[in-house]
Amino acid sequence: MCLAVPGKVVSIDHRADPLTGVIDFGGVQKQACLEYLPDLRVGEYVIVHVGFALQRLDEASARASLELFEQLGLLEEEFGDAWRQAAEQAGDAVPHNPESAHDKSGSEAR
Amino acid sequence: MKYIDEFNDPHLARRLLDEIRATVTRPWALMEVCGGQTHSIIRHGIDQLLPEEVELIHGPGCPVCVTPLEVIDKALDIAARPDVIFCSFGDMLRVPGTDRDLFRVKGEGGDVRVVYSPLDALRLARENPGRQVVFFAIGFETTAPANAMAVHQARRLGLDNFSLLVSHVRVPPAVEAIMTAPACRVQGFLAAGHVCSVMGTAEYPELAERHRVPIVVTGFEPLDILEGIRRAVHQLERGEHRVENAYPRAVREAGNPAALRMLEEVFEVADRSWRGIGRIPASGWRLSDAYRPYDAEHRFDVSGIRTEEPAVCRAGEVLQGLIKPTECAAFGTTCTPRTPLGATMVSSEGACAAYYLYRRMNGQAPQGVSAPQGDSARQGAPARGSRIPQEEMNSIG
Amino acid sequence: MAELASVPSETPVDPANWTCPAPLRDQPVVVMGHGGGGALSAELIHDVFAPAYGNPTLAAMGDSAVLHLGGARLAFSTDSYVVRPLFFPGGSLGDLAVNGTVNDLAMSGARPAYLSAAFVLEEGVELSVVDRVARAMGAAAEAAGVTVATGDTKVVEAGHGDGVYVTTAGIGLVPEGVDIRPQRARPGDAVIVSGPIGLHGVAVMSVREGLEFGIGISSDTAPLADLVAAMLAVTPDVHVLRDPTRGGLAASLNEIARASGTGVRLRERAIPVPDAVVSACGFLGLDPLYVANEGRLVAFVPPTEAEAVLAAMRAHPQGSEAALIGECVAEHPGMVVVATALGGTRVVDLPLGEQLPRIC
Repeated sequence: MCLAVPGKVVSIDHRADPLTGVIDFGGVQKQACLEYLPDLRVGEYVIVHVGFALQRLDEASARASLELFEQLGLLEEEFGDAWRQAAEQAGDAVPHNPESAHDKSGSEAR
Repeated sequence: MKYIDEFNDPHLARRLLDEIRATVTRPWALMEVCGGQTHSIIRHGIDQLLPEEVELIHGPGCPVCVTPLEVIDKALDIAARPDVIFCSFGDMLRVPGTDRDLFRVKGEGGDVRVVYSPLDALRLARENPGRQVVFFAIGFETTAPANAMAVHQARRLGLDNFSLLVSHVRVPPAVEAIMTAPACRVQGFLAAGHVCSVMGTAEYPELAERHRVPIVVTGFEPLDILEGIRRAVHQLERGEHRVENAYPRAVREAGNPAALRMLEEVFEVADRSWRGIGRIPASGWRLSDAYRPYDAEHRFDVSGIRTEEPAVCRAGEVLQGLIKPTECAAFGTTCTPRTPLGATMVSSEGACAAYYLYRRMNGQAPQGVSAPQGDSARQGAPARGSRIPQEEMNSIG
Repeated sequence: MAELASVPSETPVDPANWTCPAPLRDQPVVVMGHGGGGALSAELIHDVFAPAYGNPTLAAMGDSAVLHLGGARLAFSTDSYVVRPLFFPGGSLGDLAVNGTVNDLAMSGARPAYLSAAFVLEEGVELSVVDRVARAMGAAAEAAGVTVATGDTKVVEAGHGDGVYVTTAGIGLVPEGVDIRPQRARPGDAVIVSGPIGLHGVAVMSVREGLEFGIGISSDTAPLADLVAAMLAVTPDVHVLRDPTRGGLAASLNEIARASGTGVRLRERAIPVPDAVVSACGFLGLDPLYVANEGRLVAFVPPTEAEAVLAAMRAHPQGSEAALIGECVAEHPGMVVVATALGGTRVVDLPLGEQLPRIC
């Protein structure tokens, strides 16, 4: 239901009513209402929905999630290469190399 | 972009998929409540990567899809008035009312504007003191605080030319309604992460306990969705039914207290109709007494508008996971993305629209359709959406 | 309807009682989507223009028509320009009016030669604005190597126009042995895009009233005829060229797939999308594949020539970031399918009308 995206607080206008700041979304800067996170500081990350910062993003939690994912899938071999199979069924024209798929180009369409 | 790229990593997605595959031993039906999650699932093709035991049912979490026909008809009536500037989120403009949509009202001279934020509508009200500015306040708990702030500011500033046409809905009563439906197939929920960013998770343990159903608060990037699925499947396989938070970076148990206070001040819980589903008790919000003067339904006296949903559209059953879109007789025949009967066919993440595209791609029924007889009957029917002769497409563009 | 009765349904199916709430097809008025380059535009052509003056030349469906005249093959195209605001990061209405028509000609392989320019001006518009647009057109024409050979001006009353509208038409010569049109797409063809997508649409959106956002990118508006000449120097056997303007890459590829009866299969990770475009589309809820470009082309070339054509493109300033993004296939004719980075697939359909910011 809710398209909310993470962004970094780059400035806060404390005189604005309602409280307003500029959020950077990967090179795109847009104003957002900060009234619901009044003690926010520049440099923190927030999720923004329809021009409102709704919640802080917690870096430690994010890191913990990713570390957990890294430890999963140890049974991979036993269950065969489902990944490649899926990619082939999905019609990847070029044989998919799971290792190269790991590269982050940062420019994919999504 | 930090917090997005890491959670799109195909390498880690594979690990999550392998783990789900290793955990699952029998079929499970999970519902992702939120339309944003459905969008992400379709966008990344996640449903096709899951083991076949795991079925995802697309829930009623697209605010555009569940806004009742009657409210849309009221919006169209108000938007067509000459003294009104009618502001809406973009995805609402194409949703059909009884005989037209907001695009058509705009084409016929109505001043309909797409805004990014309700505060943009408020700004228009300040800049146009001689005109009535109405904002179409739809959405779930995530959007409600933004709309609440807009009307709160209007009241503080004495902006009498600003009002809201409210059609806010809440997730927990919808979960309750789905779980108590007689033919309910849902065995686990992926709860909407951003709703919980605002509301916290306090409303869910009671639901999980009473219906003995796992509820996993889930985010929106591919890894978030896979993690939500992984945890739900893990619980189901062990016979558990707890509330888990698989989106801890953006969800705290207490939600956002400042936003909750504002919601408390501006709105009060009310019964709401959901398009295609019907009336669900206490499933939405309306403006509280103090804000009643800012309610566009009162200001423009549209209470006389009463609309019934079209009987043939079975979007409600689709939204509740009771049938697959292909089991509706209108699917792909009278109802296509081009001529939608129901909102699930309107937006690209609507369950019916997603099925429609998928079926066209394969030249046949999508996987998992369980009504072969009805389906083969429908395949002979012409699909209206594909009738444009190739050679006449566009030489003028 | 006998078979339909076997469909499990609580609701009796009686077509006489159907109340379709959205017969959008029968819209009695023009809506914005009719100009969006998607399905509504196509239906306007099919329902109104083709019956009125349809003919085999028009039906060829290229960005420009190819005519046989006096022993020569002429490419001929026209386009109207109504962008708002008139000036945006990286360009203006004037740049689009020249480059858009030059590119439509180039998409049939032609060397653009002459343009016409017709202005519709709104009463009250400052002459300095008209002057800026005209100067931009002059500079763009010079850069593209075309001559504005004829023109016209009309003025409409205040409130009946949007400042300045420009319509240009252009002609150019198609070289011997070149036959570029959407119907020539063949299974096996390599699909190449000439550079990063989405820049123009996002740059214009960033300065549109009510949507303003700060972004360090500019429109990609540029003439492409020289790039096309460089590609044709490698092989005259380029099958299809298209500049993905309104409706973006998605609309262009769907049109090609439908015209040729082939399918198109893309690899998401191979499609060059600048980070800023990804980010802007992210918070607006748009798909970069549907965002307009004004200085990009998509090419279908035989697989044997793909590498050489790609190398020639990359050696050209307008194609330095060209990329092989997929291939033409025999499966799912008329449809465009993307293999996602995760290994799934999704259908990229023809857009209905213009893309709108979503909240969901």
